[in-house]
Amino acid sequence: MGRYVAGLSEEAEKGRVKRALKRKKLGFLVNPIAGMGGRVGLKGTDGREILQKAIELGAQPWAKERAREALKPLLRLMDEIELVTYPSLMGEDIAREYGFIPKVIEADLGDVTTEKDTKRAAKAMLDEKVDLLLFAGGDGTARDICSAVGTSLVCLGIPAGVKIHSGVFASHPVRAGELAALYLQKSVQRTMEAEVMDVNEEELRREIVSARLYGYLRIPNVERFLQRTKAGSTGNEKYSQEAIAAEVVEDMSDEFYYLVGPGTTTSAIMQRLGLDHSLLGVDLVWQSDLLGKDLNEAQILKKISGKPTKLILTPIGGQGFLLGRGNQQISPEVINQIGKDNIIVVSTKQKIHSFHSRSLLVDTGDSALDQTLSGHYRIITGFREAIIYKVSFL
Amino acid sequence: MKKQTKRVYPYIPNSVPEIKAQMLEEIGVQSIEELYADIPENLRYKSKLNLPPPLVSEDALKRHMAEIFSKNKTCEENISFLGGGCYRHQVPAICDEINQRSEFLTAYAGEPYEDHGRFQVLFEYESLMGELLDMDVVNVPTYDWSQAASTAIRMAERITERKEILVSDIISPERLMVIKNYCHPVVNVRMVKHCPETGKLDLDDLKSKLFNDTAGIYFENPSYLGFIEAQGQTIADLAHENGALSIVGVDPTSLGILTPPSQYGADIVCGDIQGLGIHMFFGGGLGGFIATHDEEKFVMEYPSRLFGITTTTVEGEYGFGDVAYERTSFAEREEGKEFVGTHSALWGITAGVYLALMGPEGMQELGTSILQKSQYAMKELSTIKGLKVPRFNSPHFKEFVVDFNETGFKIKDINKALLDKGIFGGMDLSAEFPEFSYCALYCVTELLTKKDIDTLVESLEGILWNRL
Amino acid sequence: MWNPLRESSGIVCEREKIMKKNSTFRLREKFHQAKWDEPVIFEMHTPGERGVLIPEVEQEIQEAVGDGISSIPENMRRKSKPALPEVSQMRVLKHFLRLSQHTLGADFNIDIGQGTCTMKYSPKINESFVRSPKAAAIHPCQDEDTVQGALEVMYKLGTFLQEISGMDKFTFQPGGGAAAILVMVSIIQKYHELRGEGQERDEIITTIFSHPSDAAAAAVKGYKVITLYPDEYGLPDIAALKKAVSERTAGLLITNPEDTGIFNNKIQEFTKIVHNAGGLCGYDQANANGLLGITRAREADFDMCFFNLHKSFSSPHGCGGPATGALGVREKFIDYMPMPLVEFDGKKYSLNHNLPHSIGKVRGYYGVFPAVLRAYAWIMSLGAEGLREVAEVAVLNNNYVMKKIQELKGAAISYPKTPGRIEQVRYTWEKLTEDTGVSTEDITNRLVDFGFHLWSSHHPWVVPQPFSIEPTESYSKAELDEYLAGLEKTVNEAYEDPDKVKNAPYQSVVHKIDHHPLDDPEKWAVTWRAYLKKQKKGE
Repeated sequence: MGRYVAGLSEEAEKGRVKRALKRKKLGFLVNPIAGMGGRVGLKGTDGREILQKAIELGAQPWAKERAREALKPLLRLMDEIELVTYPSLMGEDIAREYGFIPKVIEADLGDVTTEKDTKRAAKAMLDEKVDLLLFAGGDGTARDICSAVGTSLVCLGIPAGVKIHSGVFASHPVRAGELAALYLQKSVQRTMEAEVMDVNEEELRREIVSARLYGYLRIPNVERFLQRTKAGSTGNEKYSQEAIAAEVVEDMSDEFYYLVGPGTTTSAIMQRLGLDHSLLGVDLVWQSDLLGKDLNEAQILKKISGKPTKLILTPIGGQGFLLGRGNQQISPEVINQIGKDNIIVVSTKQKIHSFHSRSLLVDTGDSALDQTLSGHYRIITGFREAIIYKVSFL
Repeated sequence: MKKQTKRVYPYIPNSVPEIKAQMLEEIGVQSIEELYADIPENLRYKSKLNLPPPLVSEDALKRHMAEIFSKNKTCEENISFLGGGCYRHQVPAICDEINQRSEFLTAYAGEPYEDHGRFQVLFEYESLMGELLDMDVVNVPTYDWSQAASTAIRMAERITERKEILVSDIISPERLMVIKNYCHPVVNVRMVKHCPETGKLDLDDLKSKLFNDTAGIYFENPSYLGFIEAQGQTIADLAHENGALSIVGVDPTSLGILTPPSQYGADIVCGDIQGLGIHMFFGGGLGGFIATHDEEKFVMEYPSRLFGITTTTVEGEYGFGDVAYERTSFAEREEGKEFVGTHSALWGITAGVYLALMGPEGMQELGTSILQKSQYAMKELSTIKGLKVPRFNSPHFKEFVVDFNETGFKIKDINKALLDKGIFGGMDLSAEFPEFSYCALYCVTELLTKKDIDTLVESLEGILWNRL
Repeated sequence: MWNPLRESSGIVCEREKIMKKNSTFRLREKFHQAKWDEPVIFEMHTPGERGVLIPEVEQEIQEAVGDGISSIPENMRRKSKPALPEVSQMRVLKHFLRLSQHTLGADFNIDIGQGTCTMKYSPKINESFVRSPKAAAIHPCQDEDTVQGALEVMYKLGTFLQEISGMDKFTFQPGGGAAAILVMVSIIQKYHELRGEGQERDEIITTIFSHPSDAAAAAVKGYKVITLYPDEYGLPDIAALKKAVSERTAGLLITNPEDTGIFNNKIQEFTKIVHNAGGLCGYDQANANGLLGITRAREADFDMCFFNLHKSFSSPHGCGGPATGALGVREKFIDYMPMPLVEFDGKKYSLNHNLPHSIGKVRGYYGVFPAVLRAYAWIMSLGAEGLREVAEVAVLNNNYVMKKIQELKGAAISYPKTPGRIEQVRYTWEKLTEDTGVSTEDITNRLVDFGFHLWSSHHPWVVPQPFSIEPTESYSKAELDEYLAGLEKTVNEAYEDPDKVKNAPYQSVVHKIDHHPLDDPEKWAVTWRAYLKKQKKGE
């Protein structure tokens, strides 16, 4: 029996980490012009022109600074992991600056990088079988990566923009680096799906927030990273979603049609019913049968005409939009037909807490309707569990 | 501002007027009243609380308490045969020494860094109990046996996803009340009869009541009335065949010499640690334990904290923390996973110290001594005319029922007479069990001497048959 | 020539000067916790050693009944002794004393950083009463005539709490706050069942900043739980409550002030709305420390309430119990109380089991007598004015600390739209984390280096990067200033040298612990024997 040493000694920790890190590959990708153009009020399609003009107008290369900060917590793992990156500005420069000897994927980059490069890079990272793709950028970068690899690769965003709407970014570049390190050394093991929001840069310049749900990326499970339980487990998000699904399905009535909105929580309901469905679209269910998948507004109106219908919604995006950010098919006309009292809202508590007591929002395009829809709602958060939460209009 | 000088309190450092004034100034208010602005006027209590005038010095307080205490008669000053869930066992001085340490007495919920000692000491308690119970998972203590049994039953409900529990009808009535309240309305509690001659569980009745919604069978061993249930394995087999669990409540002071329930098929074991180095405290020294095997589906169902140790490949190096488990998939018909709060940790620490002091030899000697002394008591008492001792034709541990039916005396009258002689007679069972209206539950621990027992016998003889 | 008068007055002046100068504080940067490198007790096993011996069995008894075990059926005789370690007495003492030194009890530090726990001073004089055999060596089933002292203490404490809360009868049976909540829910349930509405009324309403046990206990009893979330003022508004209330409402369980420290000034409207809907109202008074003598459950129209004797009423926390949730009800619910209750007929104290609608019991016997005894003695030593002083100074201390923390860079109170707080505050490091990447856990770990605790919040977090401080009345201004100095130093470090904070603690018992194996069924070990088994498997 060995001598007891309180806590994990440095050697013990090093040993375990070493084993976990062996042959781990970290993908590192920087979008150098993330957030630059939009901020100085430029539009247009010629990348080179935009970039030059942006620099003239004083735009800062945000992404580079932020990416640098994120690498710091990873320096101690330098000898253990293999860093895989893209040439020059898209990651290689910064990696070498810190002393990494990266594997650089071959690619032909123009003077100015474009979304095509980001997409190609993401695909290449997938081919390289990196364990984690750490990327610096904004919503646009996340969207490009999402379109290239979807949820087949574990990613994590280093926030490199002023306002980020997607849920795939850490709260701070340093936290991104830390979380990446913990994930690689297997101190955090589970992953979760997080929303990627597609932001219209032009509208952003006009200070109209009109992001829509674009898709999902798989990121390391941040909640376990935070959790130090004093009072036992609260269950992870997947567990909560299944509980919500059980509660909703149990209460489903044969008389009603059910219009199911996009999101992973609503997706869990469809899964419980054993139905094929669209993660990002609106589906129609009646008596546990699928009547329509990924319907547009016209199709919805036709199918539910004259039928008592309930609408199942879950908040979308970092600001918690119940309507107007990825479910525009649920138009004012659709809502008026269904009626406010037939709206069922579902959400995990974890999601609700991410809004830090701010109201959920509706933005249907019809401000009178928005006003009618606002107020307190009973939101289903688990099995035999509900909360009362406020919904406001913009 | 009050006109008379306000008292400064030793327990309230900032009651010093100058300090108060300084703080008010730094906050930027004139008086503390302003800080209560959020409480509506109509909710403000306008009068002064009607409480006794304060005893400000320690001496005054001591005198006051001494006067109150003079009205208590203790089990040290008298010979006590009381048991029934709270026991007078030897409390080693070291146990009191450790649970009076301010570090343990006043700690609460720090992290594993600054409260490393607390995590380790409770891990050691779990481990020592694990050896006694021969099981790999033991929780941080809950309120008492009745809570432990209730939680064990709800765990069985969640594990088997069934809604009825069978309970032996010879369990502590108080525990049954707690279980019933805890289960209502989610789990249905149904009683299983005992054999009148031996007291043991009526296996035919059990078989007839097991069905596809039975979550488990709960019985106690030794039973509340002291006899030993030897059919444990058969009961477990019957339960398991039916897809139900065997839940056994056990007195840990018996486990030095009696077979632990895990060795006769028990899936969940519960009980009370009060007998392990904790004073009776008028019923305040209770602490409950729950133990299971190290299977994920059981471990996942504990609502209480489990302190664990982590493995490394570097020999002898480890740390402690909560075994935090995440539910990954949601089961059918799930109800909440109960609550965790402040339970009985300090008693757990005490029990750990006790077991460390006693060791295997001590626990075996304890069990043997209790057996011998209680058997001696039964033997001697049976020499008294009119007594049926023990009432049940079974082997017993620590406690046994004495049937006074033939004497015609009520227990409360007998006990009143015994009290005059400085003896606390066995517990009156008439209120709890109508069929035992002339019976008393006598408890004999290792602390009673031959003289004590002989005194009881003589006194009873005298009371019942007027012999001096 | 030495003149005692002249000299002594001179010394006194000097001494006073020095004392005035030193009546400030000093942050303990050189603090280091004890580090004994202490093995697990099993590793101290030495075959043959004995820790304590029990009374010997007299020769005559052995001759009369033999070895005792022979009359036990074979299958019930333990085959091999339990594998407990064998350790001699002094070694056991040393081992546990050392482990106690690895624990930072409230007596040792300025324990204001465990918000909601009310870590106040537990007077040692009261410990001496608990340790008396007159309290320790009495059995609950003794003839009532022999325990009149114990019953008197229980009865009288009940009357004190009745006075403080305005309720009509108290029980000390619940072993903690959560158990008291269970009693409240059970009473609510029974009440509706007896009126034939048990099935219909299947919902309990609570708030997110009430204790998690409010929701959990309701769920145990089969209720659907509706949780009200606050608006940006930190409180759920009336509209929210109205949305939650219906003919399905059995009751409302609420803490006030909530864990944020904010007092719900609409509480009377809340209880009215619930009563109008036919529900009952239970008051979780875990956060009563700032309200003693100031406001009562009765005037806010609550049907029942409970206090944690181990919080506001000075009984120590014991690493997590034993404790007491003292539960009080209005007269019309007395018959529902767990049995027995302690009564007094003017001459004698007695136990009353005759409660026609009793919910039964939630614990064996009558409660944790040591906690009851300490609370009784504490109130007796303070009296009405003393209790009032406790509340006022607790609120004063809290507001003082709050003022100072708001001056720290990167720190803020949650829900700033409502500036007032009673006895505790939930703060947020959100700005600091945004600026520096340093999290609330990092800060907690660094504070350990100065001998402080700092707690975040119940999980999951509603307030981002939370930290919760409840000063209570027990700490002097100098101590509060010392704690604030620790916070300030850590905040400065976070901005100037974040890594220093992130790699803390440096002066504690252990370095950074890795928690992940404790999640893994293959690796977790709750007992030493399980650990050995799994270690063997790994080899």
